Amino acid sequence: MKIKSHTSNKIPVSPSIDKVGVEERVARFQSRSIKNEAKKQGLNLVLSMIDLTTLEGKDTEGKVKQMCYKAMHLHDHFEGIPQVAAVCVYPSMVAIAKNALRNSSVKVASVATGFPSGQTSLALKLKDTKFAVEQGADEIDMVISRGKFLTGEFAYVFDEIAAVKEACGKARLKVILETGELVTLDNVRKASDIAIYAGSDFIKTSTGKIQPAATMQVTYTMLMAIRDYYDETGIMVGMKPAGGISTAKLALHNLVMVKEILGTKWLSNEWFRFGASSLANDVLMQLVKIETGVYQSNDYFSID
Amino acid sequence: MSRLEVLKTYKIFIGGQFPRTESGRYYTPLDSKGKALANICLSSRKDVRNAVVAARKAIGPWSERAAFNRGQILYRIAEMLEGRHAQFVDELMRQGSSKVAAANEVNLSIDRIVYYAGWCDKYNQVVSSVNPVSSSHFNFSSLEPMGVVGVVAEQSTSLIGLVSLILPAICGGNSTVVLASENLPLCAVTFGEVIHSSDVPAGVINILTGSTEEMAVILASHMDVNALITSNLETKLSNKLALLSVDNLKRKFDYEVNWVEKEKQALHYISDLQEIKTTWHPIENVGGASSSY
Amino acid sequence: MKKELNDNWDYSSSLEAINHIQLKKKYNLFIDGKWIAPSKNTYFKTINPANEETLAEIASASKEDVDLAVKAARKAYTNVWSKMPASERAKYIYRIARLMQERAREFAVIESLESGKTIRESRDVDIPLACNHFFYYAGWADKLDYAFPNRKIESLGVAGQIIPWNFPLLMAAWKIAPALAAGNTVVLKPAETTSLTALKLAEIIEESGLPPGVVNIVTGFGETGAAIVNHPDINKIAFTGSTGVGKIIQKALVGTSKKVTLELGGKSANIIFEDAPIDQAVEGIVNGIFFNQGHVCCAGSRLYVQEGIAEKVIKKLKQRMESLYVGDPLDKNTDIGAINSKEQLQTIEKYLKIGLDEGTEMYQPKCTIPKKGFYCAPTLFLNVAQSSIIAQEEIFGPVLTIQTFRTVDEVIQKANNSHFGLAAGVWTDKGSRIFNLTSKLRAGVIWANCYNKFDPTSPFGGYKESGFGREGGLHGLSAYLKLS
Repeated sequence: MKIKSHTSNKIPVSPSIDKVGVEERVARFQSRSIKNEAKKQGLNLVLSMIDLTTLEGKDTEGKVKQMCYKAMHLHDHFEGIPQVAAVCVYPSMVAIAKNALRNSSVKVASVATGFPSGQTSLALKLKDTKFAVEQGADEIDMVISRGKFLTGEFAYVFDEIAAVKEACGKARLKVILETGELVTLDNVRKASDIAIYAGSDFIKTSTGKIQPAATMQVTYTMLMAIRDYYDETGIMVGMKPAGGISTAKLALHNLVMVKEILGTKWLSNEWFRFGASSLANDVLMQLVKIETGVYQSNDYFSID
Repeated sequence: MSRLEVLKTYKIFIGGQFPRTESGRYYTPLDSKGKALANICLSSRKDVRNAVVAARKAIGPWSERAAFNRGQILYRIAEMLEGRHAQFVDELMRQGSSKVAAANEVNLSIDRIVYYAGWCDKYNQVVSSVNPVSSSHFNFSSLEPMGVVGVVAEQSTSLIGLVSLILPAICGGNSTVVLASENLPLCAVTFGEVIHSSDVPAGVINILTGSTEEMAVILASHMDVNALITSNLETKLSNKLALLSVDNLKRKFDYEVNWVEKEKQALHYISDLQEIKTTWHPIENVGGASSSY
Repeated sequence: MKKELNDNWDYSSSLEAINHIQLKKKYNLFIDGKWIAPSKNTYFKTINPANEETLAEIASASKEDVDLAVKAARKAYTNVWSKMPASERAKYIYRIARLMQERAREFAVIESLESGKTIRESRDVDIPLACNHFFYYAGWADKLDYAFPNRKIESLGVAGQIIPWNFPLLMAAWKIAPALAAGNTVVLKPAETTSLTALKLAEIIEESGLPPGVVNIVTGFGETGAAIVNHPDINKIAFTGSTGVGKIIQKALVGTSKKVTLELGGKSANIIFEDAPIDQAVEGIVNGIFFNQGHVCCAGSRLYVQEGIAEKVIKKLKQRMESLYVGDPLDKNTDIGAINSKEQLQTIEKYLKIGLDEGTEMYQPKCTIPKKGFYCAPTLFLNVAQSSIIAQEEIFGPVLTIQTFRTVDEVIQKANNSHFGLAAGVWTDKGSRIFNLTSKLRAGVIWANCYNKFDPTSPFGGYKESGFGREGGLHGLSAYLKLS
């Protein structure tokens, strides 16, 4: 798949969003019943879309290495389990992760731009980004300047994203909106449009540090922005809900949304990711339960 | 030599004008002593049609007027009627009422108009509701006028029956096409003159004289009349009108009421001629933000 | 790195279990608290419209049977129900509500089996709303004096109620609950294609210990309905159904003292302005017309889109329709179930043909339709004019006509340009415009930035030929009371 480059110079007019209507729509997705073969396929798909994440001040080489091993070996007791899509770490851990994953297809994503608050200068953000890329990051997860956004400085936010995109070079850029701080769905939509039009390859809900994070309502709103952009330009943008998706059921309902809004074209880790740390095990337990018919315990699944 | 009295020509009242019936026909109702009252317009099918057109044209602006303003206009009717008190007493006596009964009827009519004038900006408050639905929506029901109301005035009275039916209709923002009492039509025509001088917009009240049955049948079958009210009508005619009303599902009310009784005025005469409209709108609850208490 | 897991991720079928429901082979009439065979011993079959298989045999009530039911209702009214303290009446209605809730899933399955509506809707909408309706009106029974201040309040007596097939149990609840709360007794006739949930409700009523005769259920066809309408000892007729039948009933009642409420047809406008929350509006259009296969009297069947966004709305609508699943009503993933009957399917198809003959452009998404049973794909008609037949007559199916408009005044005129006046939808972000429209649209229910919302507290009913009287809420009580 060709990676697009599509930075535009206009900030689009975003449609208004009625939150109650969104809640009803989301409830409708949640009423989809995913059973049998569809469930099995869906769960495998979910595993392959996970960005296994550790973003802590106390992250160490040891922690990152162990997580990387898990990324490649989710549950070796069981055949046919896919690897996750990527690991997501701080810039200082990129080289370690890259090395640990050198013999796999698992990507390394790095947060950057003064993650998680983004409260630093543009110059430092660009430096932060370039450093992560130099360290070998395949993907950069940046944060937008929420303060600027909330004071209406949309052009600033737009230009910043465009600048970071340029700094990314070949690395794919995911733009974190931190929807928990934007509060309204109108803002989520506006920020999505800004990020997309400024050239982001993926839009991502949250840092994981702020609640609420990847609610279905927020993800729905962002998916609609991607849909509208695709309808207008024919260019695909990826989506990454992050934070708060910890159960297999919720992950499947996210996939239902992706399928019904964007179509099956988006149903691959090229275009859709889950930013999550505890999701993988719940999905694994469900998969094993399907195969064995027996409900599972956390004790049988590793917690790297 | 005594002065020669100038006699009044009794005309019909359509769209704020006093035309003669387009048919040119007339009839001559008799007073209680068998003497001719006057030459009265025998309104035709086309007069009814014209009156409905005038009423339809008037309904929009009238129903959209501020309720407070409607109240003032209705009160103005009472003022104008009071000023013509003697004329109505005289007409009622000519149509067979005793002096006391005539004065009582005019007094009661004026008071009843004042009563309904007061309701204009209140009935909706009393009958509306905010409905506590389970979903995240604001939901309320309020009243709206039905539209053009056909009024078949009570036959045994000349003024009070007419007033008792017209006022609740226009109080609620409807426009009316009124058929006067066939045999006691004088006050109806003169009431039209009162209306004409009372700031009531043209077409809100239209008054026709003539054969009640002939006109009522046209009104009841007219597809652009939304409701039909009658009072103390003989059963056969009432049923006939009810049948004709079905074609456009006209709302029909037949009041068996002695309007001369003082307490025969009430909110429900207004609300009978109102549709209930229920409106929904979502309520956004941003981020689960709690209210301030 | 992409692992090809599958191509299309089609949902596997997810059928609602039906092994827990209890259906008899044959249903008699529920009269005076007993199950009575019809006097002429005639039964008719009720089928599952999704596969045309017989579900049960239903008694066909004759004039004599209706008379028996009315007598039972009269006796129960005179001897028991009208004498009972209102608070006790309330408790019976509460009890019915609770018993319904306990058996909600069984009701949902049976409703879907017989009516063709999706299990998602019967489970999430019809049955809960029906239960809530009983629950809501139960509480009114001993508070009627507060509902109509300054009026003297009396119950009417025996209420004859005739309900349609589109929301079988919900309509039964809409009719029975306020009637009982107001102190009346009931003779109810469900539609001939959907008798089962009403009969299951009768079982619950039996179980609740409600005094015999307070609620009687007589099944049958139009003649059974006519016998109710024309019965001299009935005080009140409540009818929900077509405008045509409504007028026949209204005519039949001329000269009688029977009080009447009619909830009839519609051709409701759904209006989308340029500044509308467009994706929610599209969803509102979908829910407005495809909910319950379009078998909804207030369906938003006339879509008016402002010209500036017409192209976008239609494109989005088509996209949305691609993800609608048409099929087995009992599959939890089905969005559009079966058309209720062969007759109704033929009616819809007749209109599809008229639409094509009128030169409009028809659109149906690609969807697989089961070979057996009665189904209709969701359908749009584009380039429709106000004068097209399909934009004027009620189709009662999943068929939407789309027209464009330029100005507010134009769309108000066009929306009101109908002999119906049941409901309307308005989609715009501008508050003052919403109130302008909601006050000028001549319809009994206005959904602003939403559509097809129902609640027991919310009065429902139309203007003009959509009928008269309101059901639901405080206002719905007046239909079952004599106020003086």
